[in-house]
Amino acid sequence: MKTDESGTPGGKSKKREGIARIVLVSGPVVKAVPAEKFSMNEMVEVGEERLAGEVIGLEKGIATIQVYEDTTGIQPGTPIFGQGLPLFVELGPGLVGEIFDGIQRPLKVLRERWGDFIHRGKIGTALPREKVWSFEPILKAGDDVSPGQRLGKVPESKGVDHFILVPVEVKGRLKWIANGGSYTLDDVIAEIESHQGQTYRIKLYHRWPVRKLRPYKERLMPSEPLITGQRVIDTFFPLAKGGTAAIPGGFGTGKTVTQHQLSKWADADIIVYIGCGERGNEMTGVLVDFPQLLDPRTQRPLIERTILIANTSDMPVAAREASIYTGITIAEYYRDMGYDVALMADSTSRWAEALREISGRLEEMPAEEGFPAYLASRLAAFYERGGQVTTLGDHRGSVTLIGAVSPPGGDFSEPVTMHTKRFVQCFWALDKELASARYFPAINYLQSYSAYVSRVEQWWGKRVGGEWKGLRSEAMEILQEDAKLQNIVKLLGEEALPDDQKRIIESARLIKDDFLQQSAFDPIDTYANPEKQYLMLETIMHFIRRLKDIIEARVPLYKAMELPVVSEIHRMKFVYKGDDPGPFKDLESRIDQEIEKILKKQASKSYTTFTTGAA
Amino acid sequence: MKNSQDTNKLDHMSRPPIEYMGIDSVNGPLIIVKDVRDVGFGERVEVTGPDGAPRQGRVLSISEEAAVIEVFQGTSGLNQPDSRVRFTGRPFEIIVSRDEVLGRIFGGLGQPIDGGPAPFKGERRNINGYPINPVARAYPRDFIQTGISAIDGMNTLVRGQKLPIFSGSGLPHNDLAAQIVRQARLLTDQEGFAIVFGAMGVRHDEAEGFRRSFEESGVLKNVSMFLNLADDSTVERLITPRIALTVAEFLAFEEGMHVLVILTDMTNYCEALREVATSKGEVPSRKGYPGYLYSDLASIYERAGRLTDRTGSVTQIPILTMPDDDITHPIPDLTGYITEGQIVLERALFQKGVYPPINVLPSLSRLMSDGIGEGRTREDHRDLSSQLYAAYARARQVQRLASIIGEEDLSVTDKRYLSFARAFENRFLSQKSNEDRSIFDTLDLGWELIMLLPEQELTRVRKEEIEKYGKGNGKNSNAGNQEQPASP
Repeated sequence: MKTDESGTPGGKSKKREGIARIVLVSGPVVKAVPAEKFSMNEMVEVGEERLAGEVIGLEKGIATIQVYEDTTGIQPGTPIFGQGLPLFVELGPGLVGEIFDGIQRPLKVLRERWGDFIHRGKIGTALPREKVWSFEPILKAGDDVSPGQRLGKVPESKGVDHFILVPVEVKGRLKWIANGGSYTLDDVIAEIESHQGQTYRIKLYHRWPVRKLRPYKERLMPSEPLITGQRVIDTFFPLAKGGTAAIPGGFGTGKTVTQHQLSKWADADIIVYIGCGERGNEMTGVLVDFPQLLDPRTQRPLIERTILIANTSDMPVAAREASIYTGITIAEYYRDMGYDVALMADSTSRWAEALREISGRLEEMPAEEGFPAYLASRLAAFYERGGQVTTLGDHRGSVTLIGAVSPPGGDFSEPVTMHTKRFVQCFWALDKELASARYFPAINYLQSYSAYVSRVEQWWGKRVGGEWKGLRSEAMEILQEDAKLQNIVKLLGEEALPDDQKRIIESARLIKDDFLQQSAFDPIDTYANPEKQYLMLETIMHFIRRLKDIIEARVPLYKAMELPVVSEIHRMKFVYKGDDPGPFKDLESRIDQEIEKILKKQASKSYTTFTTGAA
Repeated sequence: MKNSQDTNKLDHMSRPPIEYMGIDSVNGPLIIVKDVRDVGFGERVEVTGPDGAPRQGRVLSISEEAAVIEVFQGTSGLNQPDSRVRFTGRPFEIIVSRDEVLGRIFGGLGQPIDGGPAPFKGERRNINGYPINPVARAYPRDFIQTGISAIDGMNTLVRGQKLPIFSGSGLPHNDLAAQIVRQARLLTDQEGFAIVFGAMGVRHDEAEGFRRSFEESGVLKNVSMFLNLADDSTVERLITPRIALTVAEFLAFEEGMHVLVILTDMTNYCEALREVATSKGEVPSRKGYPGYLYSDLASIYERAGRLTDRTGSVTQIPILTMPDDDITHPIPDLTGYITEGQIVLERALFQKGVYPPINVLPSLSRLMSDGIGEGRTREDHRDLSSQLYAAYARARQVQRLASIIGEEDLSVTDKRYLSFARAFENRFLSQKSNEDRSIFDTLDLGWELIMLLPEQELTRVRKEEIEKYGKGNGKNSNAGNQEQPASP
């Protein structure tokens, strides 16, 4: 952040130091001597092509380096250039709406330079230097400034104001600040004089080492739900802003569709989506869909709040390891401006496998299933970077972490799932059987859990005005009872059950089919606001409660299930948006009417039976 | 620049060849040569033993002291003092041009085995290819009609997709693949399509079966075959799919053709990978396969797709046999995580005489939802297939229940599910190996079968759809709103 430090990476006139020579190449791992030239985690450039790499070991005079690009053709003897600073990202305007690779190379620029395929070698900078931004000061010359304070802002997209903050280590007086106007990233927009008399020149961007946490003032307890518009999540297993969640599931259970749904509809200000070792077409899908879809809150295209990091499965594996850190550092940066950020990592298993692959090349002693022993601590450190905080500048911001996990064979007892489970508060277990019946989202309501239910209860109460938690528990209870009964049904069939137990089965079916099941592809059903969720469940539960009367009156259950209002219940998720409680209230009174009707019929019938019997 | 993938990116690696005499040690498919200079990682190597037969190899790791080389044709017959090792100074490359590869048969390393000359006038391309920039990809949406109901109706294939067939030993996956190739509307367009066939460790008769089937359907001149047969070198299998895909990418993205790539059998490929990894002394992960099996498979499967500013496409149908029919085995498991779905063949269905024995429940096409619907197939396609899935899943549960309590004691509804299951397996899934059903026939058949169930069970389809397609039973239902489905 100091004047002499914030040039472009590998600036023109800066003298290179720390030249070493390669002694071994084995895939992405390269060894070089002498090791003294480098420090741990220093960024390096390999050969005349300047392939990006990072020092990951210094031992017995030999430096071990992981190279983020293909190493074909690299020979022993090739020079390696130390960069004198650790792996960093550039933080400044120009991130939103863009897609970067795992080490923050802008993929659109790569395409302009290399065409449709990704080659290797150094390419410009992460953020465009020639682009002109309009800057508007917030503070004025002479103000006292402290770390994290907002100096000024840049409208980065229609929906996002990008705040330029006082660097984290700088405290002093604002000596000078630029007038509102157009600036590029390389222009100095403010000068701060520290109490020690040192002058700092501030630009619109700065660099930050990806493996280093960005500091904050205080951690807060998450208490506000992150509304995702997905009923099974918001109502049954809610996630809080600043919380952590994992979505484990075998292939084909809908991890990616769920992640996409969350990144579309979550009510966060900024979405960071990391495609970590996944399919190229999925990233393309996001790039195609997001400019067309509108954020339900701001009515702006979703792409205007989204930052994409793509390390597809055919890109170099070492950059996969870095992609997670690149993403989370960007997320923390926007948190520091006072935004709620949601980060989706799809999939953390691929990241863990990248760790394993590198670890294997380093010939480290493996722990479980070949994963390195530090897998658990790396996962813990990652999930700890989520949270709701008071920023250094006294704003409230949060990073919510949602990691997909791809357990081999769908077996949740494997190391990555097991360790992840220890560090997350929300666990949305995807179920193969549900998925194969095309029951989506295939979140298994018996295996999943959320530790935020009581934390977000108050918010729900205020928002929907009803007994949210009670309603939720009532529905949960039915599902639990149903699960027990299903064991009997599997053996004896549904017919064998008495009507009272059949009622549980039918009730659970209503909750599952008409509430939990949600189509990502239906224009209305894809997103349900909290009101709609509450009203839907309220309506369904009303019907379920009335079923008790049916049983008590000894009316055969099927008569109630064949009522015309039942197909109205089936349809409500596709028809109403929830802005207006009217239709749901109407539905409830229709339920009452129709139930009363058959109850009355039964009463008169049993009266007749009784009287005829008596005669 | 934009037109060529091969923009001499590896210029730094065009050193003249260097030859060394004598090798230091031999271990399985690996040899170690000491005191080499100026040799690069991944470089192609030619090794000649005392018998004078040349073998191909590749540098696996290189240090100042020694180079570790994997030899594709095996190391038997090599000796330490008299073997010659020639470092070519180039990565593994092949030469491709349209008229020199189509209608030809090559060996697993790209050498001609049909008596024709080796391609020489085309472009040199690195067989490892380059990752496609996600920004340059076009999202696959063009429906391919295969004429097979279980695929078209339930797990739709689209252009640029990678959709593997998960099979088991003895199941008719080859017949199915051949039928897809024959029926995938290839014959409508003589110029714009090609088939690239990569065989890894398959039997002679299997390879011959494919060749014949290509010949019978008259497409042989648009086929390029790369055969590593069961008795060929194991390590060579690591190269074969990459060569096949390099050719496919060339035909698709330089020549603008729509290319269907069949790779069989990926299980043999993975086993070769394990063999090499073990002899390198690498730390194994699940079932002895190397920890990088996922990345390695991805470097093959990801080479499929479409690009926004080029006309062609690469569609992949890899075939793999699940060891012991176990879908959780690392090979199908990791494949399923990379590919865009899977077609799963089931032994129980096969034994019931169902062909193709596709169990639709674990099968999936991830790109289906964007490739179907109004204007692509038919408006009711999505709801109908979802309903068929739900019904068949329920029906299978009923089947299990029936085997415990007997059919007699089932409820009336459950009995109807049972008869639905039978009809679904015998009429929807089953078809003749030369039966080419149009997508509309498939959908109408689906409606006919789903109407066997009571109407209140049909919660996934809309009332209007039941009226229009279910009750009309196919009559007038596909009246003139669709364009013809595309070729692959």
